[in-house]
Amino acid sequence: MSKRFDRYTGTMAPLPIQNVDTDQIIPASYLKVTDRSGLASGLFCRWRYQGGDPEGEPIEDFVLNRPQHQDARILLAGDNFGCGSSREHAPWALVGYGFRAVISTSFADIFRSNALKNGLLVVPVTASVSAALFDAVAANPATEVTIDLEAQTLSLPGGGQAPFEVDPFARRCLLDGTDQLGYLLKQAAAIGAFEAEHPSRLDTRSA
Amino acid sequence: MTSPSTRTLFEKIWRRHLVTAEEQGLPATLFVDLHLVHEVTSPQAFTALAERGLSVRRPDLTLATMDHSTPTDPSIDTARLRVLDPEGSAQLDRLQANCDRHGIPLYAMGDERRGIVHVIGPELGATQPGMTVVCGDSHTSTHGAVGALAFGIGTSEVGHVLATQCLLQHRPNTYEVRVDGRLQEGVVAKDIILAVIAKLGIGGGTGHVFEYTGEAIRALEMEGRMTVCNMSIEGGARAGLIAPDEVTFDYLEGRPMAPSGDDWEAALDDWRSLPTDEGATYDRTTTIDGSALQPMVTYGTNPGMAIPIAGAIPEDHTIEPEKRASFLKALDYMALEPGQQLQGKPVDVVFVGSCTNSRYSDLLAAANVLRGRKVADGLRVLVVPGSDAVKRQAERDGLAQVFVDAGAEWREAGCSMCLAMNGDQLAPGQYAVSTSNRNFEGRQGAGGRTFLASPLTAAASAITGRVTDVREVLS
Repeated sequence: MSKRFDRYTGTMAPLPIQNVDTDQIIPASYLKVTDRSGLASGLFCRWRYQGGDPEGEPIEDFVLNRPQHQDARILLAGDNFGCGSSREHAPWALVGYGFRAVISTSFADIFRSNALKNGLLVVPVTASVSAALFDAVAANPATEVTIDLEAQTLSLPGGGQAPFEVDPFARRCLLDGTDQLGYLLKQAAAIGAFEAEHPSRLDTRSA
Repeated sequence: MTSPSTRTLFEKIWRRHLVTAEEQGLPATLFVDLHLVHEVTSPQAFTALAERGLSVRRPDLTLATMDHSTPTDPSIDTARLRVLDPEGSAQLDRLQANCDRHGIPLYAMGDERRGIVHVIGPELGATQPGMTVVCGDSHTSTHGAVGALAFGIGTSEVGHVLATQCLLQHRPNTYEVRVDGRLQEGVVAKDIILAVIAKLGIGGGTGHVFEYTGEAIRALEMEGRMTVCNMSIEGGARAGLIAPDEVTFDYLEGRPMAPSGDDWEAALDDWRSLPTDEGATYDRTTTIDGSALQPMVTYGTNPGMAIPIAGAIPEDHTIEPEKRASFLKALDYMALEPGQQLQGKPVDVVFVGSCTNSRYSDLLAAANVLRGRKVADGLRVLVVPGSDAVKRQAERDGLAQVFVDAGAEWREAGCSMCLAMNGDQLAPGQYAVSTSNRNFEGRQGAGGRTFLASPLTAAASAITGRVTDVREVLS
């Protein structure tokens, strides 16, 4: 699984629903895995298949089942995307399906943090940019946008660009394709010094 | 802004745990005092450690339990679980192997210290004022009730903490949620937090840490404070805090992992310095009149869609135009209408449990309503204690017998029907009154429909088989 992101051009799958929670992205029944594989089939399965199960018939009207959005690798979603449970299975499922980025007016904190650690870029935009993108995709499903992480810009269908904010450290890690644990491990000496100065009152092995 | 000499509770805890401060776009490195681990969000983190040849830095600050996918049916033992749920069983085995390998204390099936991770942390005295506490679970905010900075993390971060005992974090903003006044009869901690979320919206706390203040919060016992802090995440805040006071200290004293002897006295001196200083300010503040609160119940598919139990679902024209489609989608899922009253709505299941409301005081409140009464015909009522210790105490004190006599199912401890991973679940189309924390679509079983409410409301509804105002049952 690549954790690198620099620039991506492609079409969008519109999901104009607010407060999409991580239980919808991947239900708890999929959380019994001990690795990261096999989650793509469960992505949005309660909305995607009859009976909420990949064994069921695809629900034609759901965005991932519409022929015109089959190749979309950018999810265009409503406000507060990824709220609820901290399950990192949510970005794993989105990435497993092939999504590279999610565009929304806002993201829940834990989802945002999890996504950025898995090469899934979260692109926050204003309400007017969001509305313009939904309109553009409705008018023409083949509408493409370019997300440029180095420049922190999103190219708009009618021309022009929207700047977007991203945590500078997460951005650096995505551009370099490095993970954050490596950065933390390099701080071992500082952590050791902190531990020496702050002895713990707790020992979980004591009860 | 807060002047340098006055700080909020959050700022005090944050500063104490900085290994390195935030600078020039680099996040702070924050030391973690207690890392709680469970079977669902940890296996991939242990794998990441193994792939890099890393060990667990501080097993003495790590504590693991089995809760999410464990059976609550007393007849299912470990051997039978292997047959009934091989995947869940394998996940439990994996946690056992990972903990054995790294020397992490684990409360496995059959251990009398086992329970829901957010119930056993305070119960054992492991979560203490001024600490940083994390877990791969969003309801870690629960532990903020003792005055700890506690928040949920993803599995990558679980790996970070296992390997380094630290997390990379940007400082969140602070948000004072002040609840003044005295609660009316029949109104409890769950109603406070449902009213807070209804007011602020489920994204209202994003980027913030709540600190709950005010007379109504101070008047809560510890377990009620846990209920309030537990659902901070449902308001979008990663953490919720309540300043430690004598209620906190009385609760913690003598618990197995709490400091004792001279250490207790030293800890008390330290903890008394934690509350927000006079004159310190928050980035945002909101005030709620606690004396005006009513028992609350949700009607939709997120915890912010809540109304006073005697009220009605909003009419669609009162909903902002850009939110109307999501509002109607939620009502369509719930098979409810705008303007409809919830009171009297027949339900199929009542669930008393979860890290929100499965502690002894929650069970006591429900038992006091049910004592000498029967659950409605055809209704399924599950009572799931939050820990083995809660279960034993409830059995010793006769609460379990009250539930059994009333016709409810008395189960083993675990997360159970809150997230329906373990086989305890709603059937498609069923309605439940649930004391848990999430009413998301399918959360309690595919197609299931959830009304979140307090243990009092749940118990009252269990008697009538309908959404019921507890004040009518008690009067």
